[in-house]
Formats: sequence, structure tokens, C-alpha cells
Amino acid sequence: MRKARRWFSRNLIRIYAVMGFTYLFIPVLYTFAFSFNNSSKSNLVWRGFTFNNWKNPCGAPDVCNALGNSIKIGLIATAIATVLGTMIAFALGRYAFKGRSLVNLLIFLPMATPELVLGASLLTMFLNFGFNPGFVTIVIAHVMFCISFVVVTVKARIASLDPRLEQAAMDLYADERETFRRITFPLLAPGIAGAALLAFSLSFDDFIITNFNSGNVNTFPKFVYISAERGLPAQANVIGSAMFFIALIVVLLGQVVQRRRKVS
Amino acid sequence: MVDASTSAHGDIKLSNLTKSFADFTAVDDLTLTIPEGSFFALLGPSGCGKTTTLRMIAGLEEPTAGSIFIGNTDITHMRPYKRPVNTVFQNYALFPHLSIFENVAFGLRRRGIKDVKEQVDKVLDLVELPHLAQRKPLQLSGGQQQRIAVARAIVNRPALLLLDEPLGALDLKLRRQMQIELKWIQTEIGLTFVHVTHDQEEAMTMADTIAVMNEGRIEQMGSPADLYDNPKTAFVANFLGQSNLIKGSIESNGSESLVVNLFGQKVAVPRARSSARDSSILVGIRPEKLRISPETSSASGNVLTGGIIEDVSYIGVSTQYQVLMPWGQELMVFEQNDDGVPPLDKGDRITLSWEPIFTFGLDGSEDANAGSELHNDEEE
Repeated sequence: MRKARRWFSRNLIRIYAVMGFTYLFIPVLYTFAFSFNNSSKSNLVWRGFTFNNWKNPCGAPDVCNALGNSIKIGLIATAIATVLGTMIAFALGRYAFKGRSLVNLLIFLPMATPELVLGASLLTMFLNFGFNPGFVTIVIAHVMFCISFVVVTVKARIASLDPRLEQAAMDLYADERETFRRITFPLLAPGIAGAALLAFSLSFDDFIITNFNSGNVNTFPKFVYISAERGLPAQANVIGSAMFFIALIVVLLGQVVQRRRKVS
Repeated sequence: MVDASTSAHGDIKLSNLTKSFADFTAVDDLTLTIPEGSFFALLGPSGCGKTTTLRMIAGLEEPTAGSIFIGNTDITHMRPYKRPVNTVFQNYALFPHLSIFENVAFGLRRRGIKDVKEQVDKVLDLVELPHLAQRKPLQLSGGQQQRIAVARAIVNRPALLLLDEPLGALDLKLRRQMQIELKWIQTEIGLTFVHVTHDQEEAMTMADTIAVMNEGRIEQMGSPADLYDNPKTAFVANFLGQSNLIKGSIESNGSESLVVNLFGQKVAVPRARSSARDSSILVGIRPEKLRISPETSSASGNVLTGGIIEDVSYIGVSTQYQVLMPWGQELMVFEQNDDGVPPLDKGDRITLSWEPIFTFGLDGSEDANAGSELHNDEEE
């Protein structure tokens, strides 16, 4: 009895970790497993193993159209938000100007505001200005909430950049443009890339704001939400699992590249 | 592109150079000339304005007033990348994402030189690290990074090389070695070096000329030996080595020497070595110039009696005494252990004496402790 208790107290942290990870990964595993379900309409009951869904991910009506929209919106919004956000981060991190602390505060607002409020007020604004909700309004909305995350991420990176490196470049005959190209940008690139990945994933799985401002354009999260009511096709599980593994590979690649950079 | 990055050379002239920030003046009306080819040190405690002066010469700080010339070229407001000046930064500032080779080649490439390999290899040979060319900076030790920082600057053959506390991050042994190497490199390539440091020993080891800075001004400028032997202010006397400064009043003013009353005892001060403006004087004597002897034995030269040994530290080559004088002041004495006589003991009553020629006189209105608390100060 005492032995068991001692074993328990010694391994408590491990047990806790296993429980935590189980809690986190059961939904993922479930999604992955049911992507192999030989279902016809609803994907709720296990009806046998098949590769058919993976062979034919666009098999369900509209699923690939929605996915394509999500990827397009994600790429465009990420590109715009990353460029604008990086520029704002530079302004906030490098220059003293009137109203800087106010801007710093305002940048945080979209992150702190409930998405429901953002989505609803954006829709009101678009309608007031006579914009029909659709692809463009989704992109505008996504750029808006992604910028904050880009600014915060890149600003942290800029703050940790030793200003003497840029001074050293200037001292070694590099003008402002060359200094940015050869020193500042390469050193900030990992931070900017991280910010872009974050922006893409935020854009890709946003549902609430998108739902308000999308009109009849379908995105992947919206597709999942709507079809959940009448039975989700297994193709949604296929795409969800695929996205998960792509993200995993990107993270692993990033780790490998960083480790190699340090060594060589 | 017409610029001065390769053409200008000559003496460096700073005229009335001033840098004011919102609430204080870092550099206050500084005027000095640094001869071409010399090893010049700006020495002072942190916050004395030496680094700001260096950064103005490099172009990284805009002067509030005054001008900077290299030969006949005015570089006061020139962008840093147009100046024939390169800097070895404190903590080196090597580019972490570039190889050692590319770090060193950086300046050459920016000036549009295509074939950099020969020059880079040559300078890596000079700093004895050719085998590290393909490494990244973070894989190098502190001493190696320091040498690469020097190589990266001197490969450009600037008219002026600036060194900002370049040895501050190294341990003592490595610092000594690098001092000798830097001096050797400077002699080898014949560039003008301006070296900023708070370490008086470092400045004295390497520099031909030292300017001692304090509160944005130059206290005194000269060769290491001149500054050490003939300090003109209490700050210099205390910051460069140690000094015993004793308050006194001038009793008579001879043609060769002054007779000074130090709390009732009379000593001679060479007239030429006194910078006292009136009868009030600070008499200065370096601790190693003092001789210490038991009260009973006779002494010649300048003599001060009535001291009691308060503390004895045996250092090996020398013994350091702390002696309490009758007027309550503690004096330092360094005695070489070269005569086989065992050191005196704590509590012994002793007499101090020294050759009058070693005495220097400072103005009596000065603070006798100025600069002494700043010894071995941390870097800025």
C-alpha cells in the first residue's frame, strides 16, 4: 500500500502530463480515425474502414470550394497583414512619435474585443458604406484582426535586436537600404515568418467574424458549421486531419532549420 | 559615389565638440588633435563622455555643436557609412547570421570590391584565425570574437580605427594578451587608433597619448609617463594609479623649490612641478616613492614623522602599508621586497621619507579624493 503510494507520488507529474495530453489529443485522434470511416451521409457512427475519403477529398459537395476560398483568403490576408503589421511594428519599436503609447494600446484592442462584437460591428459598417459582404469584406476583416498579432510578434523580435548590429553595418559602409537588406531583415525574418504563420492559422480557422461578413461566400469553417447540422461528410475529417499534419510538419521543419542554423 | 571613405587621411581634429542631451551635457566643448598614426586613449570613468565622443567621431551620434575634421575633410555631419572610420564595438557586434569570412568581407563588399578573398585571408592571418573563416560568430570564444571584430574593421584600412572598450568582456589574462596584440597590430599597419576605456592600466599599456576625461571635459592629456609623474589635477592623480595628497600651505617661494608646511612639518616641492595658484597647496606623492623606516633610524630628503602602521599587506613582490599620520590622514606606502629586511609590523611607529624631486603640487582648492572612488569602475 505504502509502496503504491510512493510510486504514485513519484510519478504524479507524469500521470498528470499523460492526462493532459490525452485530453488535448483525443479530439484530434477522433477526427483522424473518423476520416477513414466508410460513412454514407452522417459521420457519427463507425461503419468500417476505408481509404476512399482520402482518395477523394473533394467528394462531398462544396467542400473543396470552401477550402479553396479559405486558403485564398488566408494567403491574401496574411500577406497584407504581415507587411502592414511589420511596418507598424517598426514604427512602434524604433521611433518615438506623438501618440505612440496610444497606438500601442489601440493595437491590442482587436485582440481583446470579443469576436462577436467585431464581426457584428464590421458588418454594420460594411452595410452602411454600401459594401456587399463577400470575398473582399472577409479579407478586410481578417487583415484587421491579424495585424494586431503580427505587430505584437514582430515588435518583440525588434526589441530583442541589438541596435549595435545595424550601427556596425552602417559603420562598415552599408547605407540605410543595404543595412536593412543585409542585417535587419535577415535577423528579423524568423520573427516575421512566425507572425505570418500565426496570421494564416488565425485567418484559416476564423468562423465568427467570417460568418458575419461573408455573404454567400463559403469558407471551410463555415462549411463545417453548416454541414454539421445535417451531418458532416468524412471529407471534412480528411481535410481537418491533413491541415493538422501540414501544420505539424511546418513546425518540425522550423525546429530543424533553427537547430541547423545554430550548429553550422 | 563621391565620399571620404577612402580618400581622407591626416590628423583628427575635434574643435569645440559638444553633445547635450535633454538634462545633461555629455561632452562639453572638447578640443583636441589626434596625430595621424598614433595610438590615442580616451580614459575616464563611466559617464565621463568618452563613449559619446567616440560615437560622434563614428557618426553614430550627432554633435550639438563643434566640428570633426580628418585632415582637411570635414566629417562632422557625414553619414557613418561615408566616413573613413571603422569601429570595434563593445561586445563586438559581429553579425550572427553571417560566417566569419562574410563578417570580415562585409565592409569590402559594401564598397563594391569584387575580389575580397585575398584581403580577407590576409587579415585573418594577421589575427591568427584563418581556420575559423567558415564558422559562425557564436561558435567562437570571446577572445576569438574580439580578434574578428578587429579584423572586420582593419581590413578596410580606415584613416581612423575606433575601439570602444574592446577588451571589457574578456578575462584578465586574455585582456593582457590582447593589449599586447592590439598594440602590435597598430604598429604593424600604422593606422590611427582611438581607444576608449575606463581601465587605466589598459590605457597606459597601449596608448602613446592618453586624454583623461571627466564630466565631459579633458582633465589632462599627455604620454602615460607624463600623466603618471606630473598629474595636474587631483582627479588625474587619483584615477591614474594611486596618490597620497596632503593639504598644506606654501611658506616660502624659492627659485628652485617651494617650502610647504604640512601640519607643522616642512617639505620641499619642485617649483616646476607645482600647479598651485596661491599659498594653499595639495602635496602629492606616489605610494611607491615613499620610503618607510622605524622611528629610531635617520631619514633624508623630505621627511614626515609620527606615523603609525595601521595595516600591512604582503603582496610578494611588494608590501603595502597603510600609515596613520598625526593629523588623522591615512597614507599608502608600497615597499619593494628587495632588501631582505622583514616587513614592519602593525602598530610600529615609523618615519616616511622620499626624494623631493618625486613630489608634485596641486592647487589647494581641489578635492583630494576626486577620482579615487572610481577605480576599476565597471564599463559603461
